[in-house]
Amino acid sequence: MHRYTDVICSFCGTLCDDIEVVVEDNRIVDVKHACRIGTAKFFASNDYEHRILKPMVRKNGKLVEASLDEAVERAAEILKSATKPLLYGWSSTSCEAHSVGIELAEELGGVIDNTTTVCHGPSALAIHDAGYISCTLGEVKNRADLIIYWGANPMHGHPRHLSRYSIFPRGYFRERGQQDRELIVIDVRKTDTAKIANKFIRVNYGEDYELISALRKVVNGGELHQESVAGVPREEIIALAEKMKNAQFGVLFFGMGLTQSYGRHRNIDNAICLVRDLNTHTKFVIMAMRGHYNVVGFNEVLSWQAGFPFAVDMGRGFAWYNPGETTANDVLQRGECDAALIIASDPVSHFPRKSIEHLAKIPIIAIDIHPTPTTQLADVVIPSAIVGIEVDGTAYRMDAVPLRLRKVKEPPEGVLSDVEILRRILAKVRGEQLAAKAEVAR
Amino acid sequence: MKLILKNGFVYDPLNGINGEKMDICIEDGKIVEDVKDAKVIDCSGKVVMPGGVEIHSHIAGGKVNVGRLMRPEDHIKNVMPKTRLTRAVNGYSTPSTFLTGYLYAKLGYTTAFTAAMPPLMARHTHEELHDIPMLDKGALTLMGNNWFVMRYLKRGDVELAAAFVAWLLKAAKGYAIKVVNPGGGEAWGWGRDVRSLDDPVPHFDITPREIISGLAKVNEMLSLPHSIHLHANNLGRVGNYVTTLETMEVPNGTKPARERQVVQLTHAQFHSYGGDSWRTFASEAESIAKAVNNNENVIIDIGQVVFGDTTTMTADGPMEYYLSSLTGLKWANKNIELETSPGVTPFVYSKRSPVSAVQWAVGLELALHIKDPFKVLLTTDHPNGAPFFKYPTIIAWLMSARYREETMKEVHGAAQKNTTLATIDREYDFYEIAVITRAGQAKSLGLAEKGHLGVGADADVAVYDLNPEEVDPSRDYKLIEEKFARTSYTIKGGEIVVKDGEIVKVVDGRTLYIDAKVDEGLERELMRDIDYYFKRFYSVNLANYPVQEVYLTNPTPVQIDASNVR
Repeated sequence: MHRYTDVICSFCGTLCDDIEVVVEDNRIVDVKHACRIGTAKFFASNDYEHRILKPMVRKNGKLVEASLDEAVERAAEILKSATKPLLYGWSSTSCEAHSVGIELAEELGGVIDNTTTVCHGPSALAIHDAGYISCTLGEVKNRADLIIYWGANPMHGHPRHLSRYSIFPRGYFRERGQQDRELIVIDVRKTDTAKIANKFIRVNYGEDYELISALRKVVNGGELHQESVAGVPREEIIALAEKMKNAQFGVLFFGMGLTQSYGRHRNIDNAICLVRDLNTHTKFVIMAMRGHYNVVGFNEVLSWQAGFPFAVDMGRGFAWYNPGETTANDVLQRGECDAALIIASDPVSHFPRKSIEHLAKIPIIAIDIHPTPTTQLADVVIPSAIVGIEVDGTAYRMDAVPLRLRKVKEPPEGVLSDVEILRRILAKVRGEQLAAKAEVAR
Repeated sequence: MKLILKNGFVYDPLNGINGEKMDICIEDGKIVEDVKDAKVIDCSGKVVMPGGVEIHSHIAGGKVNVGRLMRPEDHIKNVMPKTRLTRAVNGYSTPSTFLTGYLYAKLGYTTAFTAAMPPLMARHTHEELHDIPMLDKGALTLMGNNWFVMRYLKRGDVELAAAFVAWLLKAAKGYAIKVVNPGGGEAWGWGRDVRSLDDPVPHFDITPREIISGLAKVNEMLSLPHSIHLHANNLGRVGNYVTTLETMEVPNGTKPARERQVVQLTHAQFHSYGGDSWRTFASEAESIAKAVNNNENVIIDIGQVVFGDTTTMTADGPMEYYLSSLTGLKWANKNIELETSPGVTPFVYSKRSPVSAVQWAVGLELALHIKDPFKVLLTTDHPNGAPFFKYPTIIAWLMSARYREETMKEVHGAAQKNTTLATIDREYDFYEIAVITRAGQAKSLGLAEKGHLGVGADADVAVYDLNPEEVDPSRDYKLIEEKFARTSYTIKGGEIVVKDGEIVKVVDGRTLYIDAKVDEGLERELMRDIDYYFKRFYSVNLANYPVQEVYLTNPTPVQIDASNVR
């Protein structure tokens, strides 16, 4: 029996790093401190019935078991013969895997994109326009007296966000924890987070932009002439704006309610500008509630290696970035890619129908830990080990704090890490001998 | 690889060699006395210098990447497709990591230190450094607003502060103490700043003066290779030279533990401004240079401005806010718990702007008024004053009064009126250029095996296609600019990595960090305190904070015995 402390949970962008895991005979027998989702993820690693354990290759229309070499060989063939492969997924694997993936995309002249494309892509576009006025989560814990969640429901999506970083914890300047802070939730419906808030503000569906603009107007000393904006009465808007101006340290956490509703990147752009306006009065910051545990990591690695955060087309031999053109769904819906490598993601469940229709037409290589509709559709399936449970690797928290996830148990026999699988595919594509065993951190 | 660089004009200031025709022998990555059966490179008619050493450049880490994220427009410049050897690259003021390595190598640089690493984000900095090829690397580590440092210094417990610094350098895999706007970074946690050496830091009851003198003392107690690396208060403010002059006096009571300065005042150009409003903005470079000339404890690096578009980035959060509020351009900020508060905003240095024109002149004035070249190191504070690949232009300005005059004609009259640049005739020679681009840096950083070509030094060499007997830099400044931009050869660790300005081999350098040991009892006391603080105030656990060696390319700890600190 071994008890691991300070384990980092590889589920959501909160990256809780205080988990205790007890392992006996390579089975996890106890998990402490994690939320329900995180705990479930740790325990699920025991259950091999819902894992893919052997590589598979499609023969005569059916997926049949194959050796790893055969699967890698087939994957390399598919990618090499494609003119424009799409390499998609990435948000639930390590930065070390991202790095090899980017090199592979470069080698193939493919398009590489991650799930940012369907979550906080609009936030990236807004940051291109307006910048990003933010902080690390410990700053929120130590200083924040006003916390706003807008279009985000951490009670469900990031269950320990509230207790570790925002409303509940005692901080250096907030010794009494929750009593020293105020929580405001702005959303289209009364979520479970809204239920524990000091104040819930219901905004009309699709009218967030108007509400942000109204707040900016008041913050900047203007007068509101409307009785209400976006379903919120004038008095309430004025009161909120005053509260924001008078906070000592305010933070606006926003989720996909803001990025994926009407207005999209314009909402975020406006919200960042609101925070900038507030900085002429007090200290105020903004932060995106990133979902997957390493969606930020991919944006970071791609930015330092290729200059852009997501949706990069390497077809010209250099990085070409044009969201709307080079984003995964656009590439798919134009029928432009002729093969796909999907890793740690399940677009067949989540992408629009038109994208899936094209995916169904092209050969797919799927690298994942468990069967999904995407692996069902794939021509080559390669099982991989779970980062943060079965292998080490780097991930970036939603505030871009990098952490080293650790291994607590062995992966199923013969199952390799994403990094190792990608390295083998890359070597095969290049027709090279595989170099000596990879350093885990690249 | 065995090499003989034959018959070049060698400039090796640390060994007193000034343009003598010599052979340099290389074996197993080191400079040796003599070598047999070696490949001979004919360097006749060429300048041979030690590999360049970059002492202050924002090349890796969180804020550099925020710059990239924020400015896709920067990455449609310098676009180069992949080749058999090199990766696909792009980026102008925030080049991608691979490009950063390639560009430095083409300039003849073989070592670079990234300027400001927040310890909490150190893993990110090292991930990027990992992806910068061609260079030996290190990171200056931010401590001037660190809560532990401020608490221990306030209590007067310098020993505990020293133990903490030693622990932090090892945990973050850092190389030196960097101090940025001491106290101001913490004040920015509340949207405030400190504006003088005696402004108290909110809630910490300590002043910038105490932080600077305390850390200088700690640095010498630990006998670290580099001095403290100080970005003073009031960067970029009109009339800030007064603060700068006062700051230079602060660590005067401290004796250096090694043969170097006690403080390196970084990007001094941004701290040498007079006047009382932007309208009367003027140079005070002469006063600063005079103070540097008279103070044996202080050296500076320039932070030269070159006209054009760039991305400013610094751990001085309030300054970036102030700058973005002047320009109205986009602004990024990132307060980092218990440590620092970086910011990023784009900026254009325009020839038509009186302020930019003066800034341009100030940097050159500093370099030309300071007598000892070992006291004035060439930097642009990349990318704040300009991207680092503008160094050849700056070298040409320093070597040619005529070139400065030509440029002066193109820029706003304020450069003529409000600075002394036009009155200076001094021109640098190759020897002095070798000092301000490599020898001085190596000395300041305490890198015994770099910045020179003596036996036992690292075989890092740059060969430039310039014949000192034929070229008159004063007249042929365009040639100087051209040839310093592309080496004939860059040799890194004994291998030819650049030939005729093209990358011919891609190598991974070493990563240097400090491994200093203090008294064990003291360390135990420190760990108890750190443990208490981490549990309560950090958002990561202590066990997950230190950067593992696996992130470093060829990790190279510099061992320091500081067990006398107890």
